[in-house]
Amino acid sequence: MQQNDKNKKSIQDKLSTIKYNCDNTSHLIPDKKKCAKCKEKTCTFICPADVYSIDESSGEIIVQYENCLECGACRIACPKQAIDWKYPKQGSGVIYKHS
Amino acid sequence: MDNINFNADVIVVGAGPAGISAAISIADEGKKVVLIEKASYPGSKNMYGGAVYTSALKEIFKQDFDSIPYERIINSHTWAFLNETGSFDITYSNKESASAYAIKRFNLERWMIDCAKKRGVYYIPNTLVKKLIQIDSKVVGVETELEQYFAPITIIADGVNSLLARELKLRNNYNTKDIILSVKETIKLDKKTIEERFNLSSDCKDGVNKQYFGYDFKSLKNIKKLFMMSFLYTFKDTVMIGVGASLEDLSKNKLNINQILDEVKSHPEIYPLIEGGETIEYSAHLIPEGGYKKIPKLTSNGVIIAGDAAGFINSVHFEGTNFALISGKLAGESAVYSLNQGDYSESTLNIYVKKLQKSFILKDLYSYRNVIEKLCSRSDSIEVYYPKKIKELFEIITSANCISKSSQIRNYAFSFFKDRSPKELLKDAFAFIKCAIDVFFGK
Repeated sequence: MQQNDKNKKSIQDKLSTIKYNCDNTSHLIPDKKKCAKCKEKTCTFICPADVYSIDESSGEIIVQYENCLECGACRIACPKQAIDWKYPKQGSGVIYKHS
Repeated sequence: MDNINFNADVIVVGAGPAGISAAISIADEGKKVVLIEKASYPGSKNMYGGAVYTSALKEIFKQDFDSIPYERIINSHTWAFLNETGSFDITYSNKESASAYAIKRFNLERWMIDCAKKRGVYYIPNTLVKKLIQIDSKVVGVETELEQYFAPITIIADGVNSLLARELKLRNNYNTKDIILSVKETIKLDKKTIEERFNLSSDCKDGVNKQYFGYDFKSLKNIKKLFMMSFLYTFKDTVMIGVGASLEDLSKNKLNINQILDEVKSHPEIYPLIEGGETIEYSAHLIPEGGYKKIPKLTSNGVIIAGDAAGFINSVHFEGTNFALISGKLAGESAVYSLNQGDYSESTLNIYVKKLQKSFILKDLYSYRNVIEKLCSRSDSIEVYYPKKIKELFEIITSANCISKSSQIRNYAFSFFKDRSPKELLKDAFAFIKCAIDVFFGK
């Protein structure tokens, strides 16, 4: 768990280096019904930008789409294929300048 | 189909290496081509290891090639097998070679777009294609967020996730074992520090690439199977360091790729190279590893697929941009052929597949069709066992430890069979021989 926390902090620090043009609605929409039945919750550890987490009170998936790097890992790794994955609206999302 | 008002001869979706090169080869033949890109700035959603191959660039950009704003010439290559406390390296350098340039995608794509516009490509940035427009099972255009564009042929070059190829059902969804997830950090150091640390002369633009195998890191001790590779590229005043790992292995081991990158960065052989540097960007991307066996249907009525969208990559040699550039060029040529024939059907557009078969693209993908699979299945040996054995051998050679050499070498030879069962050793050997035979007798 400790390693996990350290990794999340590391990701947050790294995300702060990236420029984004934020969209006002999420381009990533997990299917709540499928997510409720999912045991693996792969999205919560696979995402390189730590976009997905679990709301402790409701148990639902929280999507911090603003941090998304648009890589597509969650879409393919989701064992239930439950994520409706689109690109952010035109001109929005991540803007890499040094990659 | 007859009463559609076409805006162009060809629509190209995606302004990466494949899309831009396709558009150029169409414009060069005097046809009207529009190139649509979702990002506001060229290259700002693209990411790669760090170097583009020059022979493909020269073939497409011809006289403009010399104006490319590259940062360094990658003419020194190191393959390093990491163990927990150090590494075993092989370095090859050729200071006369200029086969790859280190250039940031933001600069590479901007330069390619400038060249494309000069050659007659109509570039439409900041525009997201939402879906393809089909009439009588023929693709006749694309629908963006704001409007529709019509053309008899559409070239899909929208990258590894290719939502458009999936929409057309030209490809199935990828499986996690066919995908590598890669993350990278761009680390700022001053030019002089980079030249000192990498033994580079300050009066030329020489640069290095390092590829690292092995994951014998402390926090990954309990991981049974993990196929991963790390890389480093030097730029003018930055160093790119990244790692790619199998999405399947990451999922099964409940690992986050960033955790692995942090391990790689703190390895005793790597940390001194980036020490004191400031991370100025973090980025992520998928790499399609399925190879020959996972190539989608490449054409349909009014449609051609090129680049990452078609899964054209040879990850063994870190080749991707050259596959994208040349497949884009061949897609463009095939579109022009069909326009001249006045026939945009799948069977006419299939000249694209024939062109690919004659080129290195399908030949290499075929020759390497089993390699990644074999490397993945033997990853525990390549990534942990053999790096450890290399370390043990060199410990004997380099440490004057007052024990007779022949007894050490005998023990070392026996340990090969003690530490790993003969069956596994044979499997390793067969996997290696199989790959070598495939590549040697390939197309």
